[in-house]
Amino acid sequence: MTDDRSTAHAATSGAPAGPGDHRSGADDAPLLEIRGLSKSFPGVRALDGVDFRLHAGEVHALLGENGAGKSTLIKVLTGVHARDGGEIRLGGVPIDAADTADAQRLGIGTVYQEVNLLPNLSVADNLYLGREPTRFGLRSARRTAAMARELLAGYGLSIDVTANLGDYSVAVQQIVAIARAVDLSGKVLVLDEPTASLDAGEVQTLFGIVRRLTARGIGVVFVTHFLDQVFALCDRATVLRNGRLVGERRIAELGRLELVTMMLGRELEAAQLHRRRGEGPKGEAFLAFEGFGRHAYVNPFDLEIRPSEVTGVAGLLGSGRTETAKLLFGIKEADAGSATADGAPLRLASPRAAVAAGFAFCPEDRKTEGIVGDLSVRENIMLALQARRGWLNPLSRGESKALADRFIKALDIRTPDAEKPIRLLSGGNQQKALLARWLATEPRFLILDEPTRGIDVGAHAEIIRLIERLCDEGLALLVISSEIDEIVAYSDRVLVLRDRAHVGMIEGADVTVDRIVGAIAAEGPATAAGVPA
Amino acid sequence: MSFARSFRLSGTGAPQLATLAVILFANWLVFPEFFDLRMQDGRLFGSLIDVLNRGAPVAILAIGMTLVIATKGVDLSVGAIMAICGAVAATMASDGYSLPVILIAALAVGLVCGLWNGLLVAVLDIQPIIATLILMVTGRGIAQLITEGQIVTFTHQGLIAIAGSSFLGLPMPVVIAVVLGVAAAALVRLTALGLLVESIGVNRTASTYAGVDSRSVLITAYVVSGLCAAVAGIIAASDIRGADANNAGLWLELDAILAVVVGGTSLFGGRFSILLSLVGAMVIQAMNTGILLSGYPPELNLIVKAVVIVVILVVQSPVAGRLTTFFRRR
Amino acid sequence: MSTRKLLLGAVFSCALSFAGAAAAADMTIGFSQIGSESGWRAAETSVSKIEAEKRGIDLKIADAQQKQENQIKAIRSFIAQGVDAIFVAPVVATGWDDVLGEAKDAEIPVVLLDRTIDTKDDSLYLTAVTSDTVHEGAVAGEWLAKEVAGKDCNVVELQGTVGSSPAINRKKGFDEAIASHSNIKLIRSQTGDFTRTKGKEVMESFIKAEGGGKNICAVYAHNDDMQIGAIQAIKEAGLKPGTDILMVSIDAVPDIFKAMADGEANATVELTPNMAGPAFDAVAAFKADGTVPPKWIQTESKLYLPDTAQAEYEARKDLGY
Ligand SMILES: Nc1ncnc2c1ncn2[C@@H]1O[C@H](COP(=O)(O)OP(=O)(O)OP(=O)(O)O)[C@@H](O)[C@H]1O
Ligand SMILES: [Mg+2]
Repeated sequence: MTDDRSTAHAATSGAPAGPGDHRSGADDAPLLEIRGLSKSFPGVRALDGVDFRLHAGEVHALLGENGAGKSTLIKVLTGVHARDGGEIRLGGVPIDAADTADAQRLGIGTVYQEVNLLPNLSVADNLYLGREPTRFGLRSARRTAAMARELLAGYGLSIDVTANLGDYSVAVQQIVAIARAVDLSGKVLVLDEPTASLDAGEVQTLFGIVRRLTARGIGVVFVTHFLDQVFALCDRATVLRNGRLVGERRIAELGRLELVTMMLGRELEAAQLHRRRGEGPKGEAFLAFEGFGRHAYVNPFDLEIRPSEVTGVAGLLGSGRTETAKLLFGIKEADAGSATADGAPLRLASPRAAVAAGFAFCPEDRKTEGIVGDLSVRENIMLALQARRGWLNPLSRGESKALADRFIKALDIRTPDAEKPIRLLSGGNQQKALLARWLATEPRFLILDEPTRGIDVGAHAEIIRLIERLCDEGLALLVISSEIDEIVAYSDRVLVLRDRAHVGMIEGADVTVDRIVGAIAAEGPATAAGVPA
Repeated sequence: MSFARSFRLSGTGAPQLATLAVILFANWLVFPEFFDLRMQDGRLFGSLIDVLNRGAPVAILAIGMTLVIATKGVDLSVGAIMAICGAVAATMASDGYSLPVILIAALAVGLVCGLWNGLLVAVLDIQPIIATLILMVTGRGIAQLITEGQIVTFTHQGLIAIAGSSFLGLPMPVVIAVVLGVAAAALVRLTALGLLVESIGVNRTASTYAGVDSRSVLITAYVVSGLCAAVAGIIAASDIRGADANNAGLWLELDAILAVVVGGTSLFGGRFSILLSLVGAMVIQAMNTGILLSGYPPELNLIVKAVVIVVILVVQSPVAGRLTTFFRRR
Repeated sequence: MSTRKLLLGAVFSCALSFAGAAAAADMTIGFSQIGSESGWRAAETSVSKIEAEKRGIDLKIADAQQKQENQIKAIRSFIAQGVDAIFVAPVVATGWDDVLGEAKDAEIPVVLLDRTIDTKDDSLYLTAVTSDTVHEGAVAGEWLAKEVAGKDCNVVELQGTVGSSPAINRKKGFDEAIASHSNIKLIRSQTGDFTRTKGKEVMESFIKAEGGGKNICAVYAHNDDMQIGAIQAIKEAGLKPGTDILMVSIDAVPDIFKAMADGEANATVELTPNMAGPAFDAVAAFKADGTVPPKWIQTESKLYLPDTAQAEYEARKDLGY
């Protein structure tokens, strides 16, 4: 069976994307039909009688706010959670997957929102775990590696497949997870926010692969908060809100605003989505980094941080964006240059030192670097503040409760109460709780690495509004994002990175998508004014 | 801040208390006079007191072990630290030092041992199981150097009183264990230490990024463990009026780990409860005493113990919890 | 430390009555010792040194730290050095044939101390000096039978580590000795792991289980350390060890003599740490005129009673048990 599968893949992955009308199947009997699905967790009805139909050969968007129940629907479908009620039919036959492996046997391949591969195994082993190619009945590491290399080449990824998965960035891990799921999906492919950490090129590659699969009659469920991607790729959308079905629509007949209204249950001004923020008065620089860098990590750079200023950071994956953030926050200690705060030398030897200096940092990798999963939402929110106060000076239970409740309300974090373990929150709500953790410390300088990843449109707008408000109150921000639109929307200036070096700073009126894209793509160092001519 | 938080995790600690009750009941079945108590020389006397008294050293070890395990670590060296500190106390007692000097010296040695472990784990980033294995293996050698290979005995009345005297009829080791347990639980819950320990245990990277001083917290946990081992070592030496470098605290690290696990703290770190670890220690000792009272041949000791522990852990496991809900649903 | 050692040497040479054969002078003997895992083992090592010194023998001791491979290495290096004889206290019973074969080829006699080995070829070693642990148990049992003189007596037993050969043998010897005395009954038997702590804990439970100790007439412990623990437990229960309950054990460590002198113990059977002495003499005789010693030299299992306890304690207290 193993070999069949892989040869089948080899045969199809090389095949050109057929132009055939794969959307015609939409009116036939559905490939996957879910009826009246219900699932409750203590304190929440995550799914309440939800219907969902997926046709062969279509890409079906599953949309909704953070905590709407999208991931839960997928987990119930693939047997991660047992359902409380309802029926699932695949090709007309009722199914009841016991676990992910069972779902795979039924032909459902899944990429979960939180990458759940094994960081201590090699990339190749992760791709073929449980279905290793054999040679004369024996597992062949060489063949596994060769097949893995070939498979990933289809995604434009040429990496050492024998290295541990954990050594690679989140983006690579996500591609590996996608490649595995695609390879496993005989009938249905489920993608839960697969593009969250991919750059534009990788997203295009993924779309190409998805289209090839639908041409073969595979149905694809696609969860995302990027509405552009919904319109670019999907045929239909099902929208959930608070665990209930809002409706199913053909994308072709759906306007952007209508979709957002369905998701939020209220209207959102179109202008709020991407509004260039107005110029405010900026103060004097209070932080200065000179020749700041670390060997074989980030080339030395100069940077000044002013209050009320948003510095966007743009660059391709691997260009040194996250590395810059980690250097500024003391996670890696700089071995060159100096930092000064209010004119006094500042030694950033640890996050602790950075926090003491009023820095804050929301990391990109939420699961491993952000949340403390088993602790409650309240404890996660109070953590940074408590750490700064020291263990001898505890926040009282009442204080921490008030703090948590304030932020749960302010950021609209969806949780039945502050004592719920944070890992049980939906992805987007975890992200908001992390933001709350740092806002609670009332920082002067906040570094956000992909802050809107996995955050729904409503919350996205709220977070951007929040960023603006904080800036008006004097906070300085450094925001890393793959979403250039977004960077343009709120940045006063944009730092452009390429090959682990700061290659330019685009300021003022030059902050436009074109300028930024140009600077990222340009050869040689960009000039201070923006792109070289 | 409510102190009841120590009991919060597994709800109320009901599974642990129920386990203890079941074991005590079983003891009563094999030995009907199990609950009989009388006064003997101003001291309560009976099997129940034996359980408390004999369980005290493991209970004290379990206090420190709970913190260490909550950080996702483990301290294999506590048995050896007991031997070292017992050796220090006994040698100094036989040389006639005064009790305060003896206690300070032995505790200081325990502190240094804990600090050593903490530095290996927190600063050199050695895996806890390996880091503490070093002292586990060499510790007894060190203890032997101190005792010069002999069982050092003493007649120091002050030191003998540590295990030999009583307070309100209870043997002093029991009083010490309870006082230390309550003090430690108060320390971690009335300060933020408990939260930081749990946070590190669940996700050290994320905690460090949140500005938690992971190193200091880790070192603190191992130091507390070392100090607890020192106290247990002093009690063990006082109890037999001598220090046996080879056997003092032998394998007690395993009992302490088991007590913590029975108390509901996961070996994967995170949520912990010191008071429930004390209950765990009592569960283990109640079982040991029950086996001794039963009169079964000693060849069965380990088998009975293993079976009981397997049953306890299975009953307390999350899978069992899920199974019960599963069957209730059907 | 050094004064202690001096004292130790002095006291011991006075205490030991039998004089070594002078012929042994100038011999070099290598001794592969197991380690120093117990007080008795440490004593064996120090007594060996004292005995060697008395005879003018150059004794080289290699501590194997409980590892057979270290012992094998040590034996090979002794062979390479061309010593006159090799003593081995083997850590395990098997796996010695090769290395002892090498010693035989080099014509170096090998003497096993304290433990024996499993081999088909008993020409691999000159002799084995060991105690007879079954006999030790028997001596204890016989003493008890004589002491109670036909009166009914319920005995509780503190066993050594379950499955260890001294525990098995000491139980066997004792059981055999009391088998013919229907007045003596073994009512409880539990392991105290040869340690004071466990001996005390087990004794506490025996006392509770046997009507507060009233049903117990005697305690038989497989070693003195457990017995010392038991003595404390009995005292804490408000009874008088040695008077209310008879106490007999094995090993003859210094502390039990102290207890006997204080009237808290009644008898102990010696397991002598002096295995090297007889071995030196056997080797010396073999070298001098080819006298082949018996394959098994059994050390004496001597019974000690309170009358000599004070003197024995003085003589042994610094021996390093
Ligand atoms: N294992 C769980 N235990 C308890 N509650 C849970 C669990 N998993 C999810 N929930 C809750 O169910 C609700 C739906 O969560 P779900 O993860 O399905 O949201 P989502 O639509 O995927 O959101 P996001 O866009 O943020 O990923 C949330 O309120 C969440 O807190
Ligand atoms: Mg989700």
